[in-house]
Amino acid sequence: MPLTQLHSIDRPERATPRTMTSQILEAHGITDLRPAAYGLATCDLVLLNEVSGAMALRSFEKMGATKVFDPDRVALVIDHFVPAKDVRSAELASALRSFAKRMGITNLWEIGVTPDAGIEHTLLPELGLVAPGDLIPGGDSHTCTYGAFGALGLGMGSTDIAAAMATGDVWLRVPEAIGIRFDGAPAPWTTGKDLILRYLAEVGTSGAVYAALEFSGEVVSDLGVDGRMALCNMAVEAGAKTAIVAADSTTLDWLADKPTRKAPRLLAPESGAVYETETVIDVTGMTPLVARPHSPGDVVPVGDLAPGTKVDQVYVGNCANGTISDLRQLASVLEGRRTAPGTRLIVVPATQAIMRQATAEGIVDTVLAAGGLMSPPTCGACFGGHMGILAAGETAVATTNRNYKGRMGSSGSSVYLANAYVAGAAAVAGEIVAPDSVLGG
Amino acid sequence: MSLVEGRVVRIGDDVNTDLILPGQYLNLTTPEDLGQHLLEGYDPEVGQAIEAGDILVAGRDFGSGSSREQAPVALLARGVQAVVAASFARIFLRNALNLGLLVFESAEVAADCATGDHLRIDAAAGRIARLEGGEFAIAPQPLFIRDLVGRGGLVPWVRHRLEDGT
Ligand code: SF4
Repeated sequence: MPLTQLHSIDRPERATPRTMTSQILEAHGITDLRPAAYGLATCDLVLLNEVSGAMALRSFEKMGATKVFDPDRVALVIDHFVPAKDVRSAELASALRSFAKRMGITNLWEIGVTPDAGIEHTLLPELGLVAPGDLIPGGDSHTCTYGAFGALGLGMGSTDIAAAMATGDVWLRVPEAIGIRFDGAPAPWTTGKDLILRYLAEVGTSGAVYAALEFSGEVVSDLGVDGRMALCNMAVEAGAKTAIVAADSTTLDWLADKPTRKAPRLLAPESGAVYETETVIDVTGMTPLVARPHSPGDVVPVGDLAPGTKVDQVYVGNCANGTISDLRQLASVLEGRRTAPGTRLIVVPATQAIMRQATAEGIVDTVLAAGGLMSPPTCGACFGGHMGILAAGETAVATTNRNYKGRMGSSGSSVYLANAYVAGAAAVAGEIVAPDSVLGG
Repeated sequence: MSLVEGRVVRIGDDVNTDLILPGQYLNLTTPEDLGQHLLEGYDPEVGQAIEAGDILVAGRDFGSGSSREQAPVALLARGVQAVVAASFARIFLRNALNLGLLVFESAEVAADCATGDHLRIDAAAGRIARLEGGEFAIAPQPLFIRDLVGRGGLVPWVRHRLEDGT
């Protein structure tokens, strides 16, 4: 569809121009669109994983529900503790499998079982299950990642998801919309990750509580879908309810070969749409950023860190930064180089499709030759689950989204969040350095 | 639900759900098991010292981060009657309301109260009194939330809807 056909979601002419958030909410049944109003919104898809699953299934039962509202619109992903790390995790997975069977849900994915599998937020878009204009609640806080596709992803808890599966709708409080435009040309080795870190540097971890972030600007248009996923993914780290980027030709090109099940509802903010606040962030010359332990909001340019911060582990993975783009960035740093003695490198493609692509492109070989390890797609150590837990006193650089105290293991460990170039440079140098010190500037 | 009285346990700002219930315990499923690890990431001693009937008073952005409902479940399992915080993170607040855990926002209570104080919360009157002295106003709940909480949370609320076929 040509971009000239960008239109707002069907509505007769009316006075108040709407943000993208308002348009999607209205198309899903919210009638009072004023911030802080309450309403019930219909869902295009409902997502649940095995970790929020057990509790959701219990609530579902207690609600007296016997069937899901639409088996084709419930997506179940076993991704947090896969492959099962112990008996309890195995039971979480098994509970989800038998629920799927009982409810006639075929949208169930698990590595080692289905050719397509992996981390939920990367997987569902890949499967064409996230279309622009959709409203999708998920039992995981990073459901906001779907904003990269022009959809509203709403992170919620288990009982919310149980309700959504039973009724097909969710209660919600209409969020304030915040407009954020990125202007200017950043320095090399920066990615979508750096844009959101920059925003977090500006507003902190509670700067956008309850709000919907609408990102725009040339820097955002120039990002690929993967970069936009990184950008939207960490909106929740600012406290936001969700985030969104207008779907454009980049989105449609990316979706073109996906088994998309329905026509995308393309939308852009209506001219004159009113935002709670509008921020312009000039990223001219911005160099790669890092979030220091123990807060995603404690952000500085990588060059500002005191030199000599030793790194025990580098972790490249997670729902928004285990994409093929991240792996390519990492490989560009590793190519022809070795990891530093004593520094572990763990690489976790977000999905099996990305794993296949990385294999085809020789990225897997590059990682192995450098001394790193390839993990199957899993949430793994991103949330301190398994496959890369940190000991007390250890320091990691991770492309993940949270570096809270103890997030990846011991409460005595430290995690720096950064993009995949910075992660690759840390793996090679054994300490946190700017990518150009490895790659040449 | 309108009158609650209990001893204060005061914790700090930015207590996220990883600190309330570390990720390694997400494979536990019973409220009792989860309750055992309450606040373990924040300070295991504080977590262990919590008694049934206590009121947790927290600072800014309580419950940020992961959507894990295991966090409020652990609080309920240990008998925490209510949480008063300077502010709440969005998903935690939803989860608490859905589960029927009483939550109140008050920067004044957070600023003035210490562990060992005693609070009497009168939600209907919009008042929190400290038995050691002092009174604080709390904002009335929006109508929708009052209905949700009044019915005992999202489970009964949905059950009611399913029965009614609405
Ligand atoms: S990769 Fe990390 S942030 Fe993403 S869904 Fe898994 S645990 Fe959550």
